[in-house]
Amino acid sequence: MAIFLTENSKVIVQGMTGSEGMKHTTRMLASGTTIVGGVNPRKAGETVSIDGNDIPVFGSVADAMEETGADVSVLFVPPAFTKAAVIEAADAGIPLAIVITEGVPVHDTAEFRAYAEAKGTRVIGPNCPGLISPGKSNAGIIPADITKAGRVGLVSKSGTLTYQMMFELRDFGFSSCIGIGGDPIIGTTHIDALKAFEEDPETDAIVMIGEIGGDAEERAAAYIKDHVTKPVVGYVAGFTAPEGKTMGHAGAIVSGSSGTAQAKKEALEAVGVKVGKTPSETATLMREILERS
Amino acid sequence: MEYQAKELFAKHGVPVTVGTVVTDPADAAAAAEANGGKVVVKAQVKVGGRGKAGGVKLAQDPQEAVAKAEEILGMDIKGHTVHRALIAPAADIAEEYYFSFLVDRANRNYLCIASIEGGVEIEVTAVENPDAVAKVAVDPQVGVDDAKADEIVAATGFPAEIADEAKSVIKSLWDVFIKEDASLVEVNPLVRLGDGSLEALDGKVSLDTNADFRHEDHAAFELVEDADPLELAAAEKGLNYVKLDGSVGIIGNGAGLVMSTLDVVAYAGEEHGGVKPANFLDIGGGASAEVMANGLHIIIGDEQVRSVFVNVFGGITSCDAVANGIVGALQKLGDEATKPLVVRLDGNNVEEGRRILNEANHPLVTLVDTMDGAADKAAELAAANRA
Repeated sequence: MAIFLTENSKVIVQGMTGSEGMKHTTRMLASGTTIVGGVNPRKAGETVSIDGNDIPVFGSVADAMEETGADVSVLFVPPAFTKAAVIEAADAGIPLAIVITEGVPVHDTAEFRAYAEAKGTRVIGPNCPGLISPGKSNAGIIPADITKAGRVGLVSKSGTLTYQMMFELRDFGFSSCIGIGGDPIIGTTHIDALKAFEEDPETDAIVMIGEIGGDAEERAAAYIKDHVTKPVVGYVAGFTAPEGKTMGHAGAIVSGSSGTAQAKKEALEAVGVKVGKTPSETATLMREILERS
Repeated sequence: MEYQAKELFAKHGVPVTVGTVVTDPADAAAAAEANGGKVVVKAQVKVGGRGKAGGVKLAQDPQEAVAKAEEILGMDIKGHTVHRALIAPAADIAEEYYFSFLVDRANRNYLCIASIEGGVEIEVTAVENPDAVAKVAVDPQVGVDDAKADEIVAATGFPAEIADEAKSVIKSLWDVFIKEDASLVEVNPLVRLGDGSLEALDGKVSLDTNADFRHEDHAAFELVEDADPLELAAAEKGLNYVKLDGSVGIIGNGAGLVMSTLDVVAYAGEEHGGVKPANFLDIGGGASAEVMANGLHIIIGDEQVRSVFVNVFGGITSCDAVANGIVGALQKLGDEATKPLVVRLDGNNVEEGRRILNEANHPLVTLVDTMDGAADKAAELAAANRA
């Protein structure tokens, strides 16, 4: 099972022929992902050979889906063209579009997210590392060799904190690890991931990583209270972030008294989620839960 | 800043009197003359609450404008030095309203917030009299068309005699929001003047820097003299750096991990006399010797820094490249490198990375295996090196 991405997923890459696209398509193939094609209108009909795999390049997402039955697209398209690329994927009816691109204007994201939702396309990102279901498939830039398949689910706003947590709990392994991105508007939220993990029979417990800005963690806490029966541990980054300064991620900003790490931690703890002070302590909390069961 | 927001308002047809920006009090007399004699002198800083801080003053004539400009220029408002004052005509205000468009993160669309009880902090009105604040969602795929503008006018309760003008102002403000790629457009107050017309008397626009590629003119809004010199130097090198007040310099990869590193250092610092992180610095994926040297150079340039913590998890980045980056950076910096460096590496090719650092055996470098342990070591060294 896992969430959103399984061993049966057929993945295409929009922007595969660019340098980032090539680099990460190579890595995804090496980690066992079924990559069935790339999309680039200027190189339609060509074939790209990567480590002995011949990957066809299609002129459009629609062509790629028709020829290959692809059901996941990973996007390495520059920010100026991301909106058009997601809209194209949604028009073609792809069920899942994972937008890795960093630096997409928030108005573009607002538009393509609403558009994709109306078309029934799930968007993950933008500005995210993507999604890995270890041992099954890897769609994005998350390193596949940190950990193995297991029964912990991980959802995080941050890429490197995702890797850190996978590393901390590498001996237990994960069902799926999803990086949802740190932009102000994102396609798949903490709540969407929590819901999917709750429903996934291969997930026993969930780690949720948040950071300053917005109120997604507070809303996730309310959701956990009413809908999540599996154990959840949390971590929130940004306790020392000053007000009004963007900390790397476009969405990571404390405005006035809202969006603080303290408020998020308190909201999670109020619904019984244990929150670690450091990534390692968070991992220890999860370890205690897993070793008890 | 206010005058910049007003320039954008004027560009898109929002009724506004920009006024004249002065940096020297001597210029205030001519500026007051040009703006009708009786003027308001307003400090231009990127922070709210200027009025309460004494940064907005009425002047009856050009002579008084000079005196008020002398008081305001150079004053400190919440840590921001006032380099500019705006000289604007004193308006004949009949009523004050509040109006804004913003990106609504929770609902992932846009939100219009408006009230006919303006002139005060909208957050206060929203708490004390929530019924007086209209909130209207705007669909990103539709935007503010005639129907939406009518809906906003009705929800806000603008008086009937100005409904048409309000609608026109709303559509112009929407143009500012969309065409300038703003994440916030705020007018507070939007005023009804004695003659019945509307004017944006003060405003704020937050621009999305991700959209700079399609707005070449936005670069002009970045004011060099208002930025922290270290932040400016870092930006020139393409580094994502935020200056803080502590003494442990931080270098890491990935925004989330660096934020977390600051927290872990502050947490460890509690055991070492309250030592705190000195900065946020995300060197991103490519931790080459050059990027590492640039980062270290910026951090060492911060006089408050007593120790440096380099915290890297090699996801795509390979730890041997980071280790070589650190060794190369220390060579490059030579005698300039004087502060102890605590390094924690994990992930991709970590054994080789640690081997390179151990072999280099640089006297300033301490390698620690875990993030929490390394943070503790860095805090300890910063406390020990305190002047």
